[in-house]
Amino acid sequence: MSAAALFRGDMLVGRLLTGISRSPKAVVAAVVCVILLFAAVVGPYLTPQNPYDLAVLDILDSKLPPGSESMDGLVYWLGTDGQGRDMFSAMIYGLRTSLGVGVFSGLVALVIGTLLGLIAAHFGGRIDALIMRVVDLMLGFPTILVALMLLALLGQGLWKVIFALILVQWATFARAVRSAALVEKNKDYVEAAVTLGIGTPRILIGHILPNCLPPLIVIGMLQVANAISAEATLSFLGIGLPITEPSLGLLIANGYQLLMSGEYWISVYPGVLLLLLVFSINIVGDRLREVLNPRLGER
Amino acid sequence: MTVFVIRRFMQSIAVLAVTAVIVFIGIYAIGDPAEMLIAPDASPAERAQVIASLGLDKPLWEQFFTFVWNALHGDLGRSFVFNRPSISLIFERLPATLELTLVGLFIALVIGIPLGLLSGLKPNSATDEVIMTGSIFGFSLPSFWQGMMLIMIFSVWLGWLPSTGRGQMGEFLGIHSSLFTLDGLTHLILPAINLSLFKLSLVIRLTRTGVRETMPLDFVKFARAKGLSERRIVFVHVFKNILIPLITVIGLELGSMLAFAVVTETIFAWPGIGKLLIDSIMRLDRPVVVAYLLVIVSLFIFINFVVDVLYSLVDPRVRLGEAS
Repeated sequence: MSAAALFRGDMLVGRLLTGISRSPKAVVAAVVCVILLFAAVVGPYLTPQNPYDLAVLDILDSKLPPGSESMDGLVYWLGTDGQGRDMFSAMIYGLRTSLGVGVFSGLVALVIGTLLGLIAAHFGGRIDALIMRVVDLMLGFPTILVALMLLALLGQGLWKVIFALILVQWATFARAVRSAALVEKNKDYVEAAVTLGIGTPRILIGHILPNCLPPLIVIGMLQVANAISAEATLSFLGIGLPITEPSLGLLIANGYQLLMSGEYWISVYPGVLLLLLVFSINIVGDRLREVLNPRLGER
Repeated sequence: MTVFVIRRFMQSIAVLAVTAVIVFIGIYAIGDPAEMLIAPDASPAERAQVIASLGLDKPLWEQFFTFVWNALHGDLGRSFVFNRPSISLIFERLPATLELTLVGLFIALVIGIPLGLLSGLKPNSATDEVIMTGSIFGFSLPSFWQGMMLIMIFSVWLGWLPSTGRGQMGEFLGIHSSLFTLDGLTHLILPAINLSLFKLSLVIRLTRTGVRETMPLDFVKFARAKGLSERRIVFVHVFKNILIPLITVIGLELGSMLAFAVVTETIFAWPGIGKLLIDSIMRLDRPVVVAYLLVIVSLFIFINFVVDVLYSLVDPRVRLGEAS
């Protein structure tokens, strides 16, 4: 990337950080996001036990309320589940899965959507019409309905969920990139690049794309939040992730039957964590939208 | 106008055809249709008979037309579990889902529009800040978890409201509904709130944006200059203008609520088509799954069609824009 583009990138990051720092709510949310991301990455080093190592689980410790102590002195601050698993450890592992699935599917959808959006904007005509027809078709159906349809036909599984999430998300990115690129395409710097004899792929990726980043960043954040929510919902319904990939949604589903008998912590705490995750991502995303959208003005 | 309706209708048919192809591919290309549509415990003779009647021994394109032909005649296969046509199972449970969805939508509008107005009329005030943060909270709340919390608080802890089922149904003008008995109403409250919360946030945001975009317009200034009271300006003149986008989006969201009812119905054991879908997936009752998908997609496309036509009636710019 050229020095000029790097400079622009710096300015964008600077603008985003200033924007966040001016809103106390967004600062808190951003800090929460970073902490959760960190917890997910270093997860196994943070938890008192590996909740899926059957050797360390003691069935006698099952369904202990928060704050109970195990035989060997380990305190279950958030209680244990039906198998005697430490809830805190299970939640950190669940967070890893949920965030991993959400971020991965969001990124792949972003790449696919961006490429198709750039292609549609650049070539126009039939190609544009074809891509945008498909985009309209996809966006016409609610996310959850398409994901339900796919998983009802395909069955559950980690990669099937990721595939479904990518399929329902790429169109949003494609539409945003296309409209941003259509505006950029007619600006002088693109014409200058064309006159200099720079190839089409380089103009699209190196010159037009960096200027489409602001809307992409905002949509990317909101989509990751949506994807995490959707995955949790599908897993809860029993058509998302299999039992071998315990996400937060599955943890909540496990506690569902026990809720009635008063063992609330098994589904309440993972739910609070899920809510905290999605809520803070949405708050930051919403703030970035305000910062990057000049029409709304600085608040 | 007629041209617009016809063109829009053709589009709907095209989308429906595409969906039919996708569902067909889903059944026939990914899995073995004989495996999917014949009960696992069927005898070889039964198997052969079903294969012949479904035309599974014919070429693929011919099978597709048989599939479409049967679907057009309302024959979407028989449920393995109930041994009845799957389409009639769907239509039996559809009223329960529609009832839940409409009540949920009603709640979202009755609470959402006033909050949106409040927020939009005083932008950047403390009230606005609270309502907007609340609405982000609303759509961040995972719907299924929120439903469980409602059950935990109102059924388990407080014991005020029942958590499962539809309760007693009353009859009024030939319509059976939980709305007409007290027992039915108490059963309806929690699921309806659960379903409405997600859309509530959307209604608040739409109303707020509408108000903020409409207030600086010239006709509002003119109304003020004419000496109309602020109340009349907001509730008569501004309100009419924000209603147009609101109606469209609400129409479209109705379809998404029908889909989201799957979650609500699963949590509250509400006997609608959403619960039927999840139960059927769990019991590998595939004909019902296929029937659900086709019915819900048709319903969805139909709603979209009606909304577009209504919108073009209210705002002629839409159909003029499309023609050019």
